[in-house]
Amino acid sequence: MKSETVHTPKVIVRDLNFFYGNYRALKDINLDIAEKMVTAFIGPSGCGKSTLLRTFNRMYQLYPKQKATGQIMLDGSNVLDPKQDLNMLRAKIGMVFQKPTPFPMSIYDNIAFGVKLYERLSRNEMDERVEWALKKAALWGEVSNKLKQSGTSLSGGQQQRLCIARAIAVKPQVLLLDEPTSALDPISTAHIEKLIDELKKDFTIVIVTHNMQQAARISDFTAYMYLGDLIEFGDTSTVFTNPKRKETEDYITGRFG
Amino acid sequence: MLTLYTRRRIINVTGLLVSMLAMAFGLFWLCWILLTLLTHGLTALTPAVFAQMTPPPGSDGGLLNAIAGTLIMSLLGTLIGTPIGIMAGTYLAEFGQRGWLAPVTRFINDILLSAPSIVIGLFVYEAYVIRVGHFSGWAGALALAIIVIPVVIRTTENMLRLIPNTLREAAAALGAPQWKIVSFVTLRAARAGIITGIMLAIARISGETAPLLFTALNNQFWSADMNSPLANLPVVIFQFAMSPYEDWQHLAWAGALLITLSVLTLNILARILFRQSATTH
Repeated sequence: MKSETVHTPKVIVRDLNFFYGNYRALKDINLDIAEKMVTAFIGPSGCGKSTLLRTFNRMYQLYPKQKATGQIMLDGSNVLDPKQDLNMLRAKIGMVFQKPTPFPMSIYDNIAFGVKLYERLSRNEMDERVEWALKKAALWGEVSNKLKQSGTSLSGGQQQRLCIARAIAVKPQVLLLDEPTSALDPISTAHIEKLIDELKKDFTIVIVTHNMQQAARISDFTAYMYLGDLIEFGDTSTVFTNPKRKETEDYITGRFG
Repeated sequence: MLTLYTRRRIINVTGLLVSMLAMAFGLFWLCWILLTLLTHGLTALTPAVFAQMTPPPGSDGGLLNAIAGTLIMSLLGTLIGTPIGIMAGTYLAEFGQRGWLAPVTRFINDILLSAPSIVIGLFVYEAYVIRVGHFSGWAGALALAIIVIPVVIRTTENMLRLIPNTLREAAAALGAPQWKIVSFVTLRAARAGIITGIMLAIARISGETAPLLFTALNNQFWSADMNSPLANLPVVIFQFAMSPYEDWQHLAWAGALLITLSVLTLNILARILFRQSATTH
């Protein structure tokens, strides 16, 4: 059972609405993401969980016709404020995607790419940073002797850990994981889940997952979403063992979705 | 009464047969052309072809000046056309999502892509040759560049569009500005495909006759002066093949074989390159 201590919120979402053109994909979302905890978003396909995740770093802004209204407060400033410096925001909020996305460059450069955007490091410092990130992502042992090889030459699970290493190398505060294991085999998935458990010591983690067992295994808080509504949000053990809402219970017990 | 399954098999076999016949029909002419070219070309392909200038009728000679001229103009045409093509193609694929400029450019580029090359030759003739007052190698290179540009624009755009959006998102999620995403991530990922496109463009221009007829014309002697008429293989072939002199006709066959072989080589190289990139991504 989780303790009932009050956690400091890292990200505070208030009255968030999201639109794809005229379609309202998120409806008045309110929730707090606790610092250095793992928060999972679950729900059936199309419920808006990935959409919600992608508002945190304003990923949607790459596409015309997508817009968000409301507030997402991070360290006292509103992420959705148009005056917000997007690149600096994304330095604070890292993201890992469903499919591994290694850049077409060496393993070393894959990690150095993001770091170079914000910091001017000497050769030595960069070597150290790359090693640090790869160790954090539990990949160092497998690639330490082939850092010059192409990132695309790794296996799927290794590529995904490379992407995690790349995201944490920038030293963000929040890490967004969008179904990070759905394209991976069970062994790689276990690797990444263990990794997430390690990473929450340093980072606030938000994960979208299709896999309810995964949410139950790794998250401290769970949000159940359906058709753009946040149905239930709370302590993971409570949501899974004693859900307040009938819809949540139906979904979790497999009667629906 | 045929069963459904038998009928399906008959349709399948007939379809297969018809398409194989169609393929054989196409291959037949291609093989015939290649065979004729090889039999006539190989006998004419002597070392002198690479060592001597185009001769007057009745005397010995080769194609050295024409080979050199074609190489120079193809190279320059590629050097002028490729950067423009890559940049324009990158704009269309990466920056042109909003607004009217990209769709209009794409439409015009498609017209340019299928424009008959003689029109391009006439355009350069009107716009450049007449103003300067004489035919020149520059005019030829320019005409070839105009042929290269739409090919490279099209392949660059297509290859960039093949790059999954998640790769762009991944780079954007790190906070990379768009110019960095494009130049370090997507263009790099599409590199092999773009190079393939460039090679196909070179293959295309190395055999173009019409645009050179009005621009570089021809030169019977050795010349590397880009401001004067420049010898080149396609026009030499055109002239020599139409002539009544047998030794000229032989040289034309040799030239035709040379162009065909180099285009073939370029195409094979492009395929190998593209296949390699397809397996590593």
